[in-house]
Order: sequence, then C-alpha cells, then structure tokens
Amino acid sequence: MMTQFFQSRLFLLAALVLALIIPWLVYPVLLMKILCFGLFAAAFNLLIGYAGMLSFGHAAFLSTGGYMTGYVMSEYGLTTELGILIGTAASALLGFVFGKLSVKREGIYFAMVTLALAQLVFFLYVQAPFTGGENGLQGIPRGKLFGVVDLSNNMVMYYFVLAVFLAGYWFIHRTIHSPFGHVLKAIRENEPRAISLGYNVRHYKLMVFIISATLSGLAGSTKALVFQLESLTDAHWHMSGEVVLMTLLGGMGTVFGPLVGASVIIGIQNLFSGGELGSYIHIIMGVIFIVCVLLFRNGIVGELNKVLKNNF
Amino acid sequence: MDSFLGINPVALFGQLLVGLINGSFYALLSLGLAIIFGLLRIINFAQGALYMVGAFFAWLGLQHLGINYWLALIVVPVSVGFIGILIERILIRPISNEDHLYGLLLTYGVALVLQGIFTHLFGSSGLPYSIPETLQGGANLGFMYLPTYRAWIIVISLLVCGSTWWVIEKTKLGAYLRAGTENSRILQGFGVNVPLMITLTFGFGVALAGFAGVLAAPIYSVSPDMGANILIVVFAIVVIGGMGSIGGAILTGLLMGIIEGLTKYFYPEASTTVIFLVMVLVLLFKPAGLFGKEL
Amino acid sequence: MILKQTVVASAMALALGANAVWAEGISDGKVRIGVMADMGGTYADVCGKGCVTAVEMAVKDFGGKVLDKPIEVISADDQNKPDVGSAIVSEWVAKEKIDAVGGVVASSVGLAISKVLTEAKKPLLIAAAGSTAFTTKACSPFTAHWTYDVAALANGTVNPLVAAGKKKWFFITADYEFGKALETVATDVIKKHGAEVVGGVKVPLSTTDFSSYILQAQSSGADAIAFANAGKDFINSLKAAHEFGLDKQATMVGLVVFASEVQAIDPAVIANMRLTTAFYGDMDDKTKEWAKRYKEVFGKTPGMSQAGAYSATMHYLNAVKAAGTDEGTAVMAKMKEIKPDDFFARNAVLRSDGRMVHDMYQVRVKKADERKNEDDIFEIEKTLSGDQVFLPMVETCDFAKK
Repeated sequence: MMTQFFQSRLFLLAALVLALIIPWLVYPVLLMKILCFGLFAAAFNLLIGYAGMLSFGHAAFLSTGGYMTGYVMSEYGLTTELGILIGTAASALLGFVFGKLSVKREGIYFAMVTLALAQLVFFLYVQAPFTGGENGLQGIPRGKLFGVVDLSNNMVMYYFVLAVFLAGYWFIHRTIHSPFGHVLKAIRENEPRAISLGYNVRHYKLMVFIISATLSGLAGSTKALVFQLESLTDAHWHMSGEVVLMTLLGGMGTVFGPLVGASVIIGIQNLFSGGELGSYIHIIMGVIFIVCVLLFRNGIVGELNKVLKNNF
Repeated sequence: MDSFLGINPVALFGQLLVGLINGSFYALLSLGLAIIFGLLRIINFAQGALYMVGAFFAWLGLQHLGINYWLALIVVPVSVGFIGILIERILIRPISNEDHLYGLLLTYGVALVLQGIFTHLFGSSGLPYSIPETLQGGANLGFMYLPTYRAWIIVISLLVCGSTWWVIEKTKLGAYLRAGTENSRILQGFGVNVPLMITLTFGFGVALAGFAGVLAAPIYSVSPDMGANILIVVFAIVVIGGMGSIGGAILTGLLMGIIEGLTKYFYPEASTTVIFLVMVLVLLFKPAGLFGKEL
Repeated sequence: MILKQTVVASAMALALGANAVWAEGISDGKVRIGVMADMGGTYADVCGKGCVTAVEMAVKDFGGKVLDKPIEVISADDQNKPDVGSAIVSEWVAKEKIDAVGGVVASSVGLAISKVLTEAKKPLLIAAAGSTAFTTKACSPFTAHWTYDVAALANGTVNPLVAAGKKKWFFITADYEFGKALETVATDVIKKHGAEVVGGVKVPLSTTDFSSYILQAQSSGADAIAFANAGKDFINSLKAAHEFGLDKQATMVGLVVFASEVQAIDPAVIANMRLTTAFYGDMDDKTKEWAKRYKEVFGKTPGMSQAGAYSATMHYLNAVKAAGTDEGTAVMAKMKEIKPDDFFARNAVLRSDGRMVHDMYQVRVKKADERKNEDDIFEIEKTLSGDQVFLPMVETCDFAKK
C-alpha cells in the first residue's frame, strides 16, 4: 500500500495545494524555471527511464522550442498559445528527423548520434542571423493567452506555466500507463523478446522519441516566454548533460524524480550564484555527480521509494 | 599550375600539413580514451580534465620545482597517471559491475571537480609557458614556414602512438590486454591479475592525456577549461574510429585533423562542427565505426 | 474565483508600485548595489570577484552610508549566460529591492540585464562589457557605460597604426556577435583612414588551434593582423602567430586586451604590442595609491574593469547624495549633471546617451628585461582624449539630448 505512496491521491492532492500556494512564499520566476526544467527532465526520463534510450542531444529540442516560439512571438505578435504551439511543433518535427536517423542504433551509439545531430543544430543556431548569436533573442513578449489574459505579471504567468507543466506530466503519465507504455517497458527489459512477439520495435522507439522531443520543445517554448529570452546556452551540449544530471539525481524511471532532480539542481545553482561562492559551483556539481553515482544510483525519489517499501 | 578551381595548391599543402599536426595531437588523446574504453568499457569523461592537469603540472614544475620541459615530459605523465590510478581504485572500482553509463557520469563529475579546483587556484585567464629553447625557431619549407616545435609534435606523437599500438597488438602483454577486453573472467582463471591490469591500463591511458598536456603547454593557453572543449572532439574521434579499436583511434585522429584543417580553409565557421557531421554519416552507414567490429 | 481576484489585486499593486516614482529619500531605508560578475568562468579575471571587491572598496571609502542610510553590496555569478543574468536581476528587483547594478562583463548578459533594469527604472553601471550596442541600438536612459567600449579601443589602437603606414589589414575574428561587431567597428576605422582590409577568417569560439588561420593570414600579404577576439582565443591565436613567425612579417594588433591576459602571455610573444586601455595602475601617484590599496585587499593588481567599477560606484553614490534620493530617474539625471572626477575618470563626462567619455591611454607592452615585477607590463605612450576615441552620439537614442 505504502509503496504506492507517491501515486496516492492524498499525496497528489497535497502536492497540488502546495503548487498553488507556493508562489506566495517563493520567488515565482524561480518556481517557473523549476517547472520548465522539471518538464524537460520528465520528457527526457520518458526515454531513458521507460524505454532505456540515453539521448545526449536533448538540448536541440529545448532550444528549438525556445527559438521558434521566441521568433514568432517577437516578429508576429501572436497570442501565447499559438506561439507555444508553433515552437512545440517545430521540436516535434525535429524529433521526427532525429528519431528517424538514430533509433536504429543502440546504447552508446544512439547517444552519439543524438549528440552529433544536436551539435549540427547548435551550429545552425550560431550561424542563423535570427537567433542573435551569443546575445540570444532578447525581449520576447509573453503575449496574451487566447488574446485575453495578459501574462506579463509573474503570478499570472506562474499559474499558466503550472498548467502547462501539469498537462505535460499528465500526458507522460498516460503514455506510461497506456498499452504503448507497456510495450516500451517490454522493449527496455528484453528487446529481442519484444521483437519475437511481433512488435515493430523501431516504430515504438521512434514514437516515444518524438513524444519526448515534443514535450522538451514544450518546456523550451514555455521557458523562453518565462525569461523572455532564448540563448545558445539552451542549445549547447552542456544542457544535454545537465538534463541527464537532473534525471539521475532525482531518480530515473520514477514519476516525480525528474521534478525533484530539477528542483535540487536549480536550487543549488540559485544558492551558489549569489556572492562569493560562485567559483565553487563546478566543484559542488561534480561532487554531487560522484556521490550520486557511488551511493544513490536510484536517485532521491528512487531511494525514498526503497525506504518506504522496506519500512511499511 | 597556379591555382585549381581558385585554390592555391601551395596554400592547400600547408593546410594539409597543419591538419596533420593537429591530427597527431588528436591521435594521442583519442588513443588514451580508446585504451581505457577497450578494457574498462568506460568512456572516461575526465580525460580532457587530466590533459589540462598535465599542462598545469608542467607549468608548476617549471615555476616552482625547476623541472624543465624535457623532464616534465616524463615526470608529468607519471604523476597524472598516478592520479588516474587513484581515481580508478577509489571511484571507478566500486561501480565496475554497474551499467557503464554510470562510469561516464562519474568521470564527468571528476572532470567538473578538477576544472573547478584549478579555476579556483589559478584563475581563468591562463598561464604562460614558453617553447623550450632547443625547439624554438623553424624551417622554411617553401610552401610554408614550419615551426620546429610543430614538427616535434608530429614526430613524438606518432612515436608514442606507434609504440603503444605495437605493444598492444604485437606483444604478450598486449595479448593479455586484448584477452581482458574479450573476456576478463577467463583471463583471471589463467592466473592473470586482472584488477591490477585494469588499474595500470587506466593509469597508462590517463598518462597519455598528461603527456599531451605537456606537449600542449607551450603552444596553447594553459587554462582550466582547455580540456573541456577538446574532449568532445576526441570523444567523437574514438566513436568514428570504432570504440575500442586502438589502430582506429590513431588513424581516425590523423584523418580528422586533416578534414578539420581543410574545413578551416574552405569554410572556417564550420571547422568545429565538421567532425560531428562525419560522425553522423559514419554511424549511419558503418555503425561500428570505420575500424571497429560490430559489438 | 477568490484566487483570480487575489491575482488581479496583486497585479494591480505591482503596477501601482512601478508608477510611484519621484519619492524623496532612500527607499526601504537602504541603498543596495548588486554586482553581477563572472565568478568562475572565462572572464573571471576580467570582472569577477575583483569587481565585487572594487565596489565594496568604493562603498567603504564613501563612508558606508549615504544620506544617513546604510549602503549594502550584494553580488551574483552570471556564468556569462544572459538567461542566468537576467533572471538574477529580475529577482533582485522584485525581492531585494535593488537600487543599482554594477559589474557586468559579458555584453550578452549586459544587454539582457539592461532590459530588466530599464523597465524597473534602476541604473546599470557597466564596468567591463564592451559592446557599443549599449549606446546605440540597445541604449537606455538607465545605462551608464563606464569603462570602455570596443569602438574606443579599436579607434585608439588602429588609428596610430594606419597613420604609421599599415595599409593592408587581415582579420582573425571570433565567429560570434562580439567578434563580428568588433570587426565592423575596426573596419570602419581602417577604411576611414584610407587603408584596406585584404581578408579575414571567422573562427568558431573556443577553437584551440589557430595555425591554419595564421597560414591564411600569412599568404594574404597583410601588414597588420587584427585580432577581433578576446580572452583565451586571443592568447591562443597570438601564440600561434608568434610560433609561425607571422609577427615578423606583420604587426599584431589585439583589439580588446585586458592586463590579466597580457600577464598570461609569455613576454617574448606579446612584447611591444600597442594597446589601448582605460586604466593602468602604475601610471601616476593617484592610480598607484588606489592600485596599492586594492592589491592589499584583493591580492592581485587591478585592471581597467575593477578601476571602472570603483569609479562608477563612487560617482553613483555621489549622485544619490546630491539628488537626495535613490530613485533611479533622479539619480541618473544627477550622474549626467555632475562631472565624474577621480583617479580613473579624467576629463570625464557621462553623456546623456549613457556613454562615459574620458581619457584613454595608448600603451606599449614591455619586454621581459624592461619589467621590474610581474605587474610592470605597460609603458604609457600617449593619452588619448575621450572625444578622439569614443563614437559620437547616434540619433536612435531619443531620450538623449545633445
């Protein structure tokens, strides 16, 4: 019974209430950043945690969502939902291209193909004039949701981002628990067996890759609007590494792990960005990586689940 | 024959040679990575950071211990290799039975820590290191001026790469190593101390990075992030050559140096990207790499 | 329903707050200055913790209080990322009730911060970022671009060389906005004086090996090589140029070079290079006095960014005192009214477009045997008056009056 603690209605309700009141306690932009990265990590987790595919090129989807949304919002002054839709669709399309080229490969080779393709996308964004190079796209308008709700206020924006986040998470939840999700797990556990059962494995892998890319794009689009800025940081391979760190720290293959991982990483970055501690941030992050790998390979949520399972 | 398609053949020849110099450098770095991957199946993300440590050790030795460049070429790889041995024993050994993905993540963490420590100690703008006197100057080859130091890089890199290849492919010691790559359990059964062999191999692979760091100190800025950028290029080279293939890593290193050099001439903006384009193409059409066997 | 009302109410409160300007006195009983710097990245030596120290020194020298209210300095690491920088400054404005922001090294970060601060009507005192955009296409009534800009450096460095007969130029440019902007500015100067640009290469950022580009420069027949890059890229490209003997056949011209970078290069490689700088600690008694005190606190010799950060903070505090308030619009007006004057800002004026125009110096990098100690790196050859080197005001900044 308690093993399902994190899925229980009581827990979910409490989490929802917390999400609704927390912007009065914590700076909302920080919260929005956590939600966007939480969604990004969750999308990444869908691949690694449920289909066993380690992508090292997810920065391409985050940045494509951000750049496309930023561009159409700045140039054409669209309503918010249209801007996000376009950014997300662009990422989905890119996900299709990446997926077509990469799902034939496995393990480290799959990671390498995605890394290489993401480097090509990075090059494209460095060269393309509309991205503004290292200055990035600045001053992106948040626009009006459905042409009515002005999102320039941070509190209003927070509830919008929360809604996007919940929708994304709900979609992932449905995907995992659908027959499609069960096939994915079968593929992760024993691919030859899945093939012998008659499943078109590549087709399933491609589908989940596109879903992951699409949700990453959604996270990127939303993030670009939160910060009203999109820059090369999001397209750099370090970002692809950061999302691995978040997912690993939170717990691969757990529902809430990515969100927890994103919160901790962003929390630490926020803590250390202030003042004299800045030059220690690399050391601290490195130590977290090492300690995580040596001692908590299941991640925070994974370890908690284990404790709950053993004690109740 | 002044020009062909608007290309000056003389200039092009110079670019090829410069590309080859860079390639021999890449070969040295990717060789270390390939050796470690071959035996441990771990992608050592700290290789770039240890290359940086090698360059810093060279500087420290010269400034504070009176160790000149020539001595540093021996002392520094040994001490960097020793650091590698510590890393292997303390950090990598405990997770040797886990998914190899964790090894990559762990060494990524080690790289961050090393880079952070050196930034903290030495700042970020870099330190000066001069070319040793005997290697200063250069020769005019007609089509270009070749600095002696660059010629030295080609010679020494190829020498080190070649002898490493020879040891691994042609000697008994190398046979053990290759056997360990195939099946370490059986090798253990034959009475070979496999854990010790793994430790020493890791140390040697890392020492190669330290060696490359000393070679780099006189010509590149000695700074904490000098390894971070070169790492993923070297990484790509190992993949293109075929993971674990020793000869593949060396040849691909040279080849990529030349391809990069040509790109620098025809389309400089893309020179850091071209290797990834090659990697995509190779993985699409020859998934095991140019010189690798299908795993 | 209740939720929605609360949101609307808080939105209105915020809107009202933003309009309540021209309040007399010090808001919330404190003057808070935020210092944005690169604490552990590429530019950490140009404007990192040293910039924080410089601002703190200025506050201490000012007496720690203005209009009887305490002055507080907070700082943050922007990691050279515009999204990180703008997020921190937004938070400072919302939560910390910041009154001004100093430091700032990466121009991309500066441009992002400037957007936030202009909206919040808080002064931005730029100590180390060099883009001319701050006083052209991205100008703001709340920006004071203090230490230098790339146009001033390019003017100061390129002019005398063209006059001395360097007619053919080749560019080694970082393939980024920063490098491209630098090339454009320098090209203008070169062409204005009748010289020509015979070629150039755009080099991806963080390229390690420049030898291929050096060969291209060699075969171009140029007599001056302009390095439109910075930091490590500059160091690596200059090292390669020396190695391949390019410096024997043409003059090496570093467009944006900081003292900390000069110290990171073997004197044999960089000796006799002519540069433009806004400050040199060993110049005269006034600069020596300050540089000595700074070194006692921080342990390293200051460069122009740190000196600029100090000078800008001092002038800001003087303006707060004179205006009798820390309200942004009033303080900016005073900053532009009073002429800055200290060891750094000489013959200086903060122009209405936000450009601080002041004396710059043409220096020569000393050879190894000329250097008495590790900080003894420049010889000042000429003082360049601000009007000579900084660009004139442009039409696009409509708030600026000539």
